[in-house]
Amino acid sequence: MNGDTTRSTGRDVAIVTVSQTPSVAAFDGPEPVLVMRCVNDILNQTGLERSEVDFTIAGSCDYNSGLPFAFVMNLDGIGAWPPVYESHVEMDGAWALFEAWLRLQVGDVDTALVIGSGRPSPGNHREAFALQTDPYFMAPLGLDPTSLAGLQARALLDRELATERDFAEVVVRSRQAGASNPKAMVTEQASVEELMAQPYVASPLRAHDVAPTADGAAAVLLVAGDRARELRERPAWIRGIDHRIESHHPGFRDLTDSPSIRTAAAHAGAADGPIDVAELMVVHSHEELIVRRSLGLGEQTVVNPSGGPLAGDPVMATGLVRVAEVASRIMDGTVRRGVAHASSGACLQQNLVSVLEGDD
Amino acid sequence: MGRPCAVIGTGQTDYRKRLDLTLDGLVRWAALEALEDAGLTFGDVDAVVIGKAPDALEGVVMPELSLADALGAVGKPIHRVHTAGSVGAAAAITGATMVESGRYDRVLVVCYEKQSEGNATWALSGGKSGGQGAGGTFAPWIRSYIQRSGAPEHIGWKVAVKDRQNALRNPHAHLHIEDISIEKVKESPMLWDPLHFLESCPSSDGAAAVVLASEEVARASPGAPAWVIAHAKRTEFASFPGRDAVRVQAGVDCASVLYKKAGITDPRRQIDCAELYVPFSWYEPMWLEGHLIAREGEGWRMTEAGDTELTGSFPVNPSGGVLSSNPIGASGLIRCLEAANQVRGRAGDYQVDGARIALGHAYGGAAQYFAMWIVSADLQPKLADHS
Repeated sequence: MNGDTTRSTGRDVAIVTVSQTPSVAAFDGPEPVLVMRCVNDILNQTGLERSEVDFTIAGSCDYNSGLPFAFVMNLDGIGAWPPVYESHVEMDGAWALFEAWLRLQVGDVDTALVIGSGRPSPGNHREAFALQTDPYFMAPLGLDPTSLAGLQARALLDRELATERDFAEVVVRSRQAGASNPKAMVTEQASVEELMAQPYVASPLRAHDVAPTADGAAAVLLVAGDRARELRERPAWIRGIDHRIESHHPGFRDLTDSPSIRTAAAHAGAADGPIDVAELMVVHSHEELIVRRSLGLGEQTVVNPSGGPLAGDPVMATGLVRVAEVASRIMDGTVRRGVAHASSGACLQQNLVSVLEGDD
Repeated sequence: MGRPCAVIGTGQTDYRKRLDLTLDGLVRWAALEALEDAGLTFGDVDAVVIGKAPDALEGVVMPELSLADALGAVGKPIHRVHTAGSVGAAAAITGATMVESGRYDRVLVVCYEKQSEGNATWALSGGKSGGQGAGGTFAPWIRSYIQRSGAPEHIGWKVAVKDRQNALRNPHAHLHIEDISIEKVKESPMLWDPLHFLESCPSSDGAAAVVLASEEVARASPGAPAWVIAHAKRTEFASFPGRDAVRVQAGVDCASVLYKKAGITDPRRQIDCAELYVPFSWYEPMWLEGHLIAREGEGWRMTEAGDTELTGSFPVNPSGGVLSSNPIGASGLIRCLEAANQVRGRAGDYQVDGARIALGHAYGGAAQYFAMWIVSADLQPKLADHS
């Protein structure tokens, strides 16, 4: 690959405000309302007018609601009169954050509103996202994300890199953490033994190993340079952000490893300092083991203090929620430096890593 | 204001129904052609941007995942844009931003649609059966334009003929109607009054690709670069009380900020040609006015006078435009790509003589999403004196 893609482009950009709706099994209203709540919350927190936001970008997926152009309706929540400068990615909101960060690097705009939203409750998420697979060779097999995750978890067991108990321990810890998160959806506690007594849904994964899909939205406000300090005493600076993809075909990959996370983490500079906190987009419990190992996280890093997606997975906002959770802890002074991870596709095919820091 | 960015390679498939190619084959065809034009290979690419209209058009969710291998993106960033019909131009702008940011030196932007794999009118009706499609949305606004401007009804027929005549010079175009004529257009079936069948775009398959590069890479590239001297996007709500859906404020704002960034004060004279997103004939005069190229109520007079013909004073859609090929998600990128080819002197039989500054444009949704760029043969274009 040509070009030093790790180089700093010299413009400091920070998250100064975050907002999240609670993750709920079925939101009693349309997706634009979820979006609107976050947008209004961001504006109220900062005192900014809508017209003071230079650029807006959202991430969502039409297939959540089963409507082509569903994202157009989200404009009602985003606010688009007078006309706005905005864009949309059919990806998790974390990728909208990536584009917004690049847009601010150009230097002619200073503020960016980033949104991720999803309302999968009207449909069957597992069936809809089975259509992510290659339409010629894989989709006809009916391979859905949960089944593919089961294959990945099995590969970890076969290579003796994990046990089923490890998977259950991830779930127990996630639920314990989620209990103190008012936005989390699943908070009931269970012991490892109780979880391991449950039946398989995609062997060796059990129902609790699969993140429960939720309706929800998240938003963050990015601001460049000194203006960030005017809006927030302790902004969460984005020190690095990168994303990488791997082959779509599971047979071409070592499913027990994640080279895309390692590459993204290296280019985002994750190892340039201690990582106090990491929010990982673990939508199947075994993925935490792969992501931790690929990021090189040690004992000093607190993982998913929010409970993570296993306590509630607002599809298409989940990755941006990870960023918001890390940014919140930096802005309130709990931690100095953290990593937020997002993923897309079956078996962690595509991964994004962002590194956030507070001022010393 | 960021680093300069240039188009250094372009690639297109033919836009007829492509039952001979998979989705993977379609996008790879355009990507390889663009890379070859740029003198690069997949290994040289830093990042990939992929754009298309709704996933439901082909029934593949988040196709960047299944197309990553075909696009040589494994190990790299691949970024998926979706802004309705404007997505092709929006993807081009995202790619330009990636270069301007200083982060990437070579960005491959690929857009596609394979309408033969699904039912576009179903999807364009919001996934409901019995919908009226895009033409049903736009026809009342076209009638409103006709009423406001007093344009004669043959203006739409004239655009339909002109774009199809241009398409006869473009080997990639879907429609090659050798005997196209005013008579033929007006005698074709009425679809959405006042739009006849031949005043509407076809349903096409196809992919288009551009390679965007930093100044250093562009100056070392084998062909002439097209410098991206300005780009702009604006969006507004689909509907609200008092909305002017004919002269759309987001379109006016988008053009204003675009020309300001480019230093253009008189687009009619300072821009040499334009590729405008015209899926239905009447949108040529509507966008000439709605993007400040013609004064309000006078866009149709440019069409009437032949100014927008290939040899006219302001050629519009020399390639044949969306009226001759509409792989929806790619159509906006094709407009941007054709504008670039004009200023690179690479437009073949539909080259506009002496074109040095060109406009690429797309719109989408309920005429509410706008994305536009201006490309030039010169990094510091010498704008014609209009005083």
